[in-house]
Amino acid sequence: MNKLRASVLMRHEVGLHARPSVKLTKLAKGFESRIDLGLSPDGPWIDAKSIVKVMATKAPKDSTIYFRAEGADAKAALEALVTLVDGDFQDGR
Amino acid sequence: MDDRTHRAAHRIQGRSAAPGIALGPLVRLAPVEHGVRQYRSAAEGRQALLDALAASQEDLSALAHQAGDDEAEAILAFQIALLEDDSLIAPALARIDVGDGANQAWSAAIDPEIASYDAAEDPYFRARASDLRDLRDRVLRHLAGETDQTVPAGVILAADDMPPSIFLATDWRDGGLVLRRGSPSSHVAILARSRGVPMIVGVDVDHLEHGADALLDADAGLLVVHPDANMRASFDQRRAEQSKTREIAHEFTGPARTAAGELVRVMINVTGLAELSTLDPADVDGIGLMRTEFLFQGREKLPTEEEQYRIYRRMLEWAAGKPVTIRTLDAGGDKPIAGLTRPGDMNPFLGLRGVRLSLRHPDVFRAQLRALARAAVVGNLKVMIPMVTVPEELDCCRALFEQACDELHREGKQAQMPPLGMMVEVPAAALTIEDFNADFFSIGSNDLAQYVAAASRDEPQLADLARPSRALFSLIRNVVDHANSSGREASLCGDLAGDPEQGAALLDQGLRIFSVTPGALGPVKAAIARYAGSAA
Repeated sequence: MNKLRASVLMRHEVGLHARPSVKLTKLAKGFESRIDLGLSPDGPWIDAKSIVKVMATKAPKDSTIYFRAEGADAKAALEALVTLVDGDFQDGR
Repeated sequence: MDDRTHRAAHRIQGRSAAPGIALGPLVRLAPVEHGVRQYRSAAEGRQALLDALAASQEDLSALAHQAGDDEAEAILAFQIALLEDDSLIAPALARIDVGDGANQAWSAAIDPEIASYDAAEDPYFRARASDLRDLRDRVLRHLAGETDQTVPAGVILAADDMPPSIFLATDWRDGGLVLRRGSPSSHVAILARSRGVPMIVGVDVDHLEHGADALLDADAGLLVVHPDANMRASFDQRRAEQSKTREIAHEFTGPARTAAGELVRVMINVTGLAELSTLDPADVDGIGLMRTEFLFQGREKLPTEEEQYRIYRRMLEWAAGKPVTIRTLDAGGDKPIAGLTRPGDMNPFLGLRGVRLSLRHPDVFRAQLRALARAAVVGNLKVMIPMVTVPEELDCCRALFEQACDELHREGKQAQMPPLGMMVEVPAAALTIEDFNADFFSIGSNDLAQYVAAASRDEPQLADLARPSRALFSLIRNVVDHANSSGREASLCGDLAGDPEQGAALLDQGLRIFSVTPGALGPVKAAIARYAGSAA
């Protein structure tokens, strides 16, 4: 199966801190697909469902986040993740 | 000689951080040291770890449920997410399979993560190391079969230090707190005062005997281990007096009036939303001081405009039309904030603090002013600026505030300029109060008292000098007189306002708006009701 890809600019003021990372991994875990996250189009790739790995990227504000996903719901997963990051990690609260 | 069979009373002097008295067994919150359990098989070890992880998750979910504030919830959610992360759990389980003990395996998996956060350059990430440590220790406690360090009510808790989240999760009924670290102005002390929990700091907690009976006299900053019969009797008597005062205080839940029938407004000082959950807005005349430092402290990441706005809005909604006075960030002095205040300032109380600091950090200040301008649309908001010394500082804040409003309007957002007042806590401002273009005045008596006497309120040997003096009262009178003659409001929000014994003296100066910690509402209203008019 083909890997789908997407990227999005993260404008969140503090970058990938605990709160945004928790939201991102929670969302990723809701999908069956394998989802990777990277800070460049060629990786290195880490598991987007792992808070330990996602926090370890220490991605600052204005980083571009790259995703690649593989699986039955890969397209929906990428759309949801891009929407989350693009929407500044708001969850409708 | 330490002779426990005699159980002689042992007095330990600390510093008072929150008044009150408590009697009960000492419970030492020790740094964790865990016994190593042996498991017969890897399968048993695996199961033990999985059980401990599940139990920890339950603890954290319960804590998050009662936390009541955004920041605490976020930190707990982070810990919960870690517990669900296979990249942390799988290596631990793999180690158990090759013969490691469960606790050894768990530590081996999480310790490198802790080390990497400890080594981080960014202070925000460095601070996360303590979250991971907290999580590691919680799981280790479960593995060792120790119950969570939840403390029964009615004990005197002794610890090195205590994060606010633990304080908020503890049932303090009839209990007290003894810490080695912290100061009377630490945020745990502020919480303790507002919830009526007796607390002292500066005590060497290592040598305290776990389980020993102890009497905490936080009014005097004193801990007595193995109090004798006389001390217990005098405790019982003081306790009876206190509950009588409380009963009387309970009768004063409505508006406060002096014996002559004059209305006096009594508002509350708060640090965040959590304190409001147990309070009925009907019992108060508004929030006289909301300290926003609390939103900034202990988190190493400054709160965003949006986050601040949400909190301010919820306070205004709680107050339902009554005034809510929010003080802009009062960092510096004894309230350091990572990334904002300078460590190692020679004389922090006379240094870069309050408005002096805000004006030097325009980005941080701008975010707060924008959040406040947006919140002003929602309710009866008033904003005050701390540590104003000369009129230009307030003028500058007003200009920045107006700029923030304009910006928001241009962005199509709703915003308005709330009444802008000043804290009067620097003698220079109190003496020339008529020069300031303030919409209202709020006297910060804690700092005003120590500045006018040049005596630190945290120096026990100078307690006599730091006491309310004629000099202090004459500054208060000057501010109140000017406010009255110019048709503006003056309130007082320092500890002085919450001291029922000072009520008459403050009313004598013409003060008619008090702002006190929620715990002092009843006693202060009772003192006001006793006031028949100026003694002079």
